[in-house]
Amino acid sequence: MAYTPEMKELIKRVEATRPARVAMARRNENYPALSMAERADVLEKFHPDYQKSGKRVVAVGPNKGDIFQEGVARLLESKSMVRPDKVDLSKVDHETDVLVLGGGGAGTSAAIMAANGGCKVIIATKLRHGDSNTIMAEGGIQAATHECDSPYYHFMDTIGGGHFSNQRDLVAALAKDAPLSIAWLESLGMLFNKYEDGRTVVRHCGGSSRKRLQSSGDMTGAEIMRVVRDEVRNRPDQITVLEFSPAVELLLDTEGKCAGAILHNMETKEFYVVKAKAVIIGTGGFGRLHIKGFATTNHYGATMDGVVMAYRAGVGNKSLHSTQYHPTGVAYPEQNVGLLITEKVRGLGAHVLNIDGEQFCFPLEPRDVESAELICEAMEKGKGIITPTGRVGLWLDSPMIEELHGPGSVKKELPAKFIQFERHGIDISKEPMLVYPTLHYQNGGVNVNGDTETCVPGLYAAGEAIGGVHGENRLMGNSLQDIITFGRRAGKNAAAYVQAGVEIKGLTLDHVVKFEKELEQAGITSPGVAPILLPDYSTDEMTARRWPEALTNEAPAV
Amino acid sequence: MCETDQKTVKKMPRVATGDRAILPEGAKTIPVYIMGKMYEVPETLTIMKAMEFAGFKFLRGAGCRGGICGACPTVYRMAGDYKLHFGLACQTVVEANMYLAQIPFFPANRAIFNIDEIGGLPEAIHALYPEIFRCVACNQCTKACPMDVDVLGYISALKQGNIEKAAKLSFDCIQCGLCASRCMGEIPQYHAAQLARRVYGRYIVPQAEHLKARVAAIESGKYDAMLDELAAMSKEDLEKKYVEREREPDFAEIGSWQPKETRYL
Repeated sequence: MAYTPEMKELIKRVEATRPARVAMARRNENYPALSMAERADVLEKFHPDYQKSGKRVVAVGPNKGDIFQEGVARLLESKSMVRPDKVDLSKVDHETDVLVLGGGGAGTSAAIMAANGGCKVIIATKLRHGDSNTIMAEGGIQAATHECDSPYYHFMDTIGGGHFSNQRDLVAALAKDAPLSIAWLESLGMLFNKYEDGRTVVRHCGGSSRKRLQSSGDMTGAEIMRVVRDEVRNRPDQITVLEFSPAVELLLDTEGKCAGAILHNMETKEFYVVKAKAVIIGTGGFGRLHIKGFATTNHYGATMDGVVMAYRAGVGNKSLHSTQYHPTGVAYPEQNVGLLITEKVRGLGAHVLNIDGEQFCFPLEPRDVESAELICEAMEKGKGIITPTGRVGLWLDSPMIEELHGPGSVKKELPAKFIQFERHGIDISKEPMLVYPTLHYQNGGVNVNGDTETCVPGLYAAGEAIGGVHGENRLMGNSLQDIITFGRRAGKNAAAYVQAGVEIKGLTLDHVVKFEKELEQAGITSPGVAPILLPDYSTDEMTARRWPEALTNEAPAV
Repeated sequence: MCETDQKTVKKMPRVATGDRAILPEGAKTIPVYIMGKMYEVPETLTIMKAMEFAGFKFLRGAGCRGGICGACPTVYRMAGDYKLHFGLACQTVVEANMYLAQIPFFPANRAIFNIDEIGGLPEAIHALYPEIFRCVACNQCTKACPMDVDVLGYISALKQGNIEKAAKLSFDCIQCGLCASRCMGEIPQYHAAQLARRVYGRYIVPQAEHLKARVAAIESGKYDAMLDELAAMSKEDLEKKYVEREREPDFAEIGSWQPKETRYL
């Protein structure tokens, strides 16, 4: 759907202010950024994390007493998909050294490193290998590789962006390993945007003090995922990939070590018992829970499975009350709603504008601040643009990029985005995009230390599933770095743990029995069942036509 | 599990409803034929959302839902027309009387190689994928590509030994497999392209020398004390340092700017 005549009329206001704004950008002048006090104020008033509604206290488990969004709380207080007393754990279907849960960027890098460490590895993943948020990350990956930058400033930008709530050993690990990750990816044959002499092209991103964002066109995550997945496929003797077979419960042994997991083959509906000497959680985030009803940029399987399973095994989480809303999700056309428009667009100089074509914020504030400013402009000041489907958005002036960097630069720098809009009759090198904040990232997650160890021996975690790296707000390009840095660390450390000699004793689900007893004692009589594995997008009419009330229990073929 | 904030909906313009599409007022429904069976779905939806509207729940055939993962390749044909069309279900808008089927998986041979040993010569690629010489240049691969990749172009480049050209032409590939499904020569184009890109990235593009220097500095422990210092700093001091840090100007030429404070570089 191309822009309607009414919308095209509004775009004229953007065009009217553009020459003056381009001239300003050429003078290296920006709309003023907010002070720390002003940041705090706009977050308090307009960021969904800070609003009181829709939250509650969790009554059981390691984070008992903490406050979470309703959808998250319900999953933390859920019961298992299997009845522990009816499961026969003496029948082991697969045995391996390292079991990796999740086939995204973190899990896949972990698997390669564990294999490098001499281990047999199984990757169990819910959808296809590579179906993940990694593959969707567009803009780039942070690493202090250039001379005017260093891990010191990467640490500082990361912790400042996270409002100093980050876990510091994790930030230090990220900043230190980041250049090593880039070198590793380069050695695997990943393509980076480079100058002729091989130097990586770097850009600013929201909250960065140095240009540190390396990229691969506007499909950096897809390029990373393609390469690491391809590398796994070179090692069939060492790494087995089980697709459409997510883990639904962790297994411990009688000594309390992590000892494997129960997998569920979603196609045949059978379960597998996998015995492993070490387990790595790389299951990603929770975007498909649609916290507060927001649209999401996340892939279809992002349902917080790893956090839920770890919780029952006694591993708590941090910062999980915190959700990143990406400031610029697509608000129009309807087909693309919620999809991400990379921060690189603003990094290339595009301004965010209201209905009058006026700037109202510094375009590269940390993401939570930027999102809150957009929500304020649209909702409080009423200066948003209403779409034909009743959504609201603000302009992102992509045609500016053509003027700042030369004709053709939109298509060159943002090829995937250009195609995505062109399909719907919008040429983003000539017309601005309509954007609004969208649910993008689970800031928090499973508790680990800098070596990716959880409090359960033999259980490691990496990537979006862990908490503390980003504190309560993540900077662009630090998620791709997170999955590679901590994925690699998890694989390496799990292999070292296995190689030092691990003897698995009897397998048990006693931790699940104990957790469900705790639910009962807390008076939670009808908990949900989780992991939920996939979201349900049936309409209410369709659900009703499935006759939930009239249907006989255990009716065949249902 | 899809929450909506009712208060927000009442007070403000509607800003979100998870992934259930909001239908424009007075939206028309149109007939589409999913694997030959007719369903009435609202126009303007993508094939993916229309199938969900019709009651399908995806297991295969849905992934990122954003046009980049290659999970939802779809073939369709309009009633009364011979011509086959190809697209991604998450990106293609439904049309009346469209007959569609998803092809979530298509078998394709993938050769095993060692990236550290393969080298930068085209002969290595030819040895692993000799079937590329079975190409008859029918161009069905290119016509089937939902990303508008010039598949025939990169296969031809590979045959001619031009790895760079093959890597560049295939860069937008999402490995959905539609090319392979249409190939008369039974070539696994997207695997050959992946190999070409990795060989190009590893052996033909100049390596990043500045990065090697940084890696050596990190491995020598140069930054450990600096990071320890930050990790141990009080929040107040850290905040002060954060606010005072210098920002590299947006339009500074690469390598032309140096901060005043150089102790931590």
